[in-house]
Order: sequence, then C-alpha cells, then structure tokens
Amino acid sequence: MTQSFFDWSWVVDNLGDIWAQLAEHIVLTVIPVGLGFLMAFPMALASIRWPRLYSPLLGVAGILFSIPTLALFVVMIPFTGLSKATAIIPLTLYTLLILLRNTVEGLKGVPAQVREAAEAMGYTRTRQLFRIELPLAVPVIVAGLRIATVNTIAYVAITALIGQGGLGNLFMDGFLRQFPTPLIVGLVLSVMLAVTADLGLLGVQRVLTPWQRDPG
Amino acid sequence: MITFESVTKRFADGTVAADDLTFEVPEGELVVLVGPSGCGKTTALRMVNRMIEPTEGRISVNGQDAASVPAPALRRDIGYVIQQVGLFPHLTIADNVATVPSLIGWDKERTNERVEELIETVGLSQEVVDRYPRQLSGGQQQRVGVARALAADPPIMLMDEPFGAVDPIVRALLQDEFLRLQRELKKTILFVTHDIDEAMKMGDRIAILNIGGVLEQYATPTDLLAAPVNDFVVDFLGAERNLKRLALIPVSAVEPEPGPLVSANDPSGRAQEAARESGTDWALVSDAEKRIEGWISTDDLDGRRTVDEAEAHPFDHFVTRDESLRAALDVMVESPLGVAVRVDTDGRYEGVVTHNTLTGELK
Repeated sequence: MTQSFFDWSWVVDNLGDIWAQLAEHIVLTVIPVGLGFLMAFPMALASIRWPRLYSPLLGVAGILFSIPTLALFVVMIPFTGLSKATAIIPLTLYTLLILLRNTVEGLKGVPAQVREAAEAMGYTRTRQLFRIELPLAVPVIVAGLRIATVNTIAYVAITALIGQGGLGNLFMDGFLRQFPTPLIVGLVLSVMLAVTADLGLLGVQRVLTPWQRDPG
Repeated sequence: MITFESVTKRFADGTVAADDLTFEVPEGELVVLVGPSGCGKTTALRMVNRMIEPTEGRISVNGQDAASVPAPALRRDIGYVIQQVGLFPHLTIADNVATVPSLIGWDKERTNERVEELIETVGLSQEVVDRYPRQLSGGQQQRVGVARALAADPPIMLMDEPFGAVDPIVRALLQDEFLRLQRELKKTILFVTHDIDEAMKMGDRIAILNIGGVLEQYATPTDLLAAPVNDFVVDFLGAERNLKRLALIPVSAVEPEPGPLVSANDPSGRAQEAARESGTDWALVSDAEKRIEGWISTDDLDGRRTVDEAEAHPFDHFVTRDESLRAALDVMVESPLGVAVRVDTDGRYEGVVTHNTLTGELK
C-alpha cells in the first residue's frame, strides 16, 4: 500500500493534538527564556557594578552553553525524572550566555558622553541606570532575547527524547512510524513559531525605541 | 562664586592634573581655563561638580564646601555643557531640556513653561520640542545642550569646550549669542577651551594652565596681553599679541587728536595754516554740520582761493567709538593719510586716531 507524501486526513484527525503540542512548545520556550532573563538581568547589573564579576559569570554561562544538549537533559533525569523541570532547567541555563552578554554589552554601549551628562545633571546611580542606560540598551538586549528565543524553540524539540518536546513529539512520531506527515507539520509549525517570535520581539523593540525610527 | 583653595589632583598612576591650584571665579563672571592638552583644565572643571574628587585642597561653590554636599544634589545646582553635547538620544528635546526640573520634582506645568521659554532663549523654534536629538543638526543640538544646562536656573555653569564640535561659522554665532545671553543672566561660569582666541573672546578672566596642572597666570584678557608673566604665557598667547591687545581696546578708550579740520568755505590759506600747525601736508574738510566731506593736500590748495575750489578726496572708511583700536588700525593702514578719522554715529567729526595714539596705548 503506498502512502501519499502528505496526508491531510491525518492533520484533520489530529488537530487537537497538534494544537496541544504547539501550546506545549510555546510554554517550553517562554518559561526558559523568561527565567533566563530574570537570572541574567541581575547578573548583568552586578557585572556592570563590579566589572571583575563579568569574566567569571560569562565563563560559567559559556561552559553551560557548550554542554551538549542531550547530555544535560540526561544528567537531569536522576534529579527531576521526566518532568517538565528536566526540560526547563537546561533550556534556561542555555539562554544565560546570550542574555547576560547582550545585556552587559547593551549597557556598556551607552555613549560615554551620555553617561557623563547624566551624571553631571545629578542623576543618582540607580535612576541613571533605569532612566538612561537601560532604555538605550534595549536594542541590544532585545537582540539577545531574539537569539535566545529562536535557539530555545529549536532545543525544545530535542526534549521529546525525555518525554517533553512539544512539536518535537510530532518529529518522533513521524520518524518512528516512517510517516512524513507529522514530521512536516511539526517542522512547518516550529519554523513559523520561530519566525513569529522573532518578528514579535522586533515589534516590541520598535515600540520601546521610538527614538530610533526614521524621522517621519 | 567658585573658589579653588590649594587644590591638587594626583591620579593613581602618579599623573598630576592639578598642582596646588588657587583661584576664584567671581560671582557673575565667566572665567576661562585654557592651556595645552595635558594641562588638567578638564580635570579642574570636573572637580567642581565632583565628577572627579580632588586629592588635596578644597573647592567651594557659593561659599559651601563642595565635598560636604551629596554629589547628585550639588550637580543639580550646577549647569553642565560639554563638547559632545551628550543629549539623551531616547528622550525628546523637551524631555532632554526638562532633565533637571524632573529630577528636582517640578510639576508638569512649570516644567513645560520653562522648556518653552528656554527653547526660545537659545534661539530654537518650538517645533523641535517633540523631535529626538539625532533629528537635529550639530548646532541645534549644542543649543539644546545649553538649554538643558540652564533649565533649573542654576547659579553656576561648567562648560567644557561647549562650541568645539561645530564648524567655525556656527561656533562664532553660538559664542556671540552666548555672550549676549550671559550679559542678561550673569551666571558664574567656569569655561574650558584649548583655543586662546575663544578664551580672549569669552573670558572676563583667563587662567592659563601648563602641563601638570600648573597655573601660570590668572588675569583679565587685557592684562594678560599687556603683561604676560613668563615665556610660556607669551608663547601660548601666540603671534600678533599687540594686535590682539588692540582688538580688546575700544576706540572710545583713547583721546582722539583734534587734527587739521577746516570747513569747505574757509579760505585756502586757513587750510594751509591748519595743516602746518598739525605738522601734516593735508587737512580734513567738513560741511557746516561737521560732517566730513573728505581731505585735501596742501598741493591741491595751490592757486585756490577757498577750500571748496579744490576737490576734496572722499574717505572709504571711518571709525566710531564702539569699534576696537584694531579696527582703527585697519582703517589707518588703508588711508593715504595714515590716520583713522573718528566720527560719531551721525557722521560728525570727533578727531583722528594716529599711529602714536596706538603705540602710546600699547606701552
């Protein structure tokens, strides 16, 4: 019996499951990127305040980033079993390098004369950070969030191997059954998700940085 | 008033940027710190608002020891303008100007009124207020920088090469406008530049600094040019020191010589006599209202009965009381008589400025 390359009836029959996997994929992306940013942000502020901290923090984040994905998931299993945490913790750690580096570089990229002027106008250190430096660092910070998000969307699929995985489950299903339809659906949806997230974050950046738009 | 008392700044690497500086910026005056790079002029400026802390000595601002006031509070009372302007790129022009008022908690209405007023004061049009800094030209940004520094009406201003980043034409314009503004505002200003001509133009007093933060001379521009204390100051003042001095002295400061003046309908003998009395071979010819018609030489008068029978040679240029002696010198070298004829604003004769007058003034 020959199967057609793409089976629409499978899609129609499994629509509920496909949506669920997509939703799962989104959750497994948003939580790690969100947590990662919550961790990276204070680390970045500390790195600016105490520059000596930056190298070691960046080093640790870099080592975490270099551990093969699957190995890190497997290492987690004895502690967290096949729960969501087993996926979320490594995915969070992976975002740290990019988010930490971009937040620090964004803050460092604030022009020296702007910093000098702010100081001379009588800004306190904290106020200067939140009113002047962070707003100016937004483009670089958001650039980091975009890379981290797209990366995470790709890594989530791998967590299918440890019982999570979102759209990754569709790849597994297609692969194990030698049935291309779910594989294609998963692939298309995950690419669309990545592109949508990327453009969405770009949109957020545009809203936050009206001063960067071209004069109308 | 800003007072430096034995202020020394030694950086961690041993560099001395201020060496026992003692001087005072009197209330309402503009004092220029000028010197070659490495003389510590910017360091001196930045110690006033504690962007840099002195190693030794004391700086007081309006009688209060700067070190005794928390730095942010001190800075909000001190306007600050820098060469690179340092406007906040993410804030509109209005919000940039409103920086200090918002830090010290003015209400919206008062702030908006003040912004509107300042935009006008620095010669910008109101439509720039909603723009962002990068949408403005360099000269416009510099004006916004001045408006921002003036926002909360600080009694003291620090200006570090504030007009250094714009082209020479805009710079001259901004300097002139700022001087006009300063005549009204009477801020106490410490102003840094490396350009001695700018220092001469802007400063009520000038402090000349040498490498290593040594104060070589502190004086008014006129005194500095008249009596430089050492070779460093002489070199720094540059060539044409006497011309620069003349540029600072108004024509009204010297007594004009009466000169040989005759009326057009005087007999020619009267003109000959006037010339002889003044030791010249020419006389100035005026009408009944003492308006100068021109000059005649004694040769022109030969065989004439009255002065107006000889055609008077017209003058191209005169000087007036508000011009500088340098302008008078310029007129002098252009005139075939070698003197500058001084007239009032209605063109009436007041006398002549001669070479002797100038050399006498420069002694």
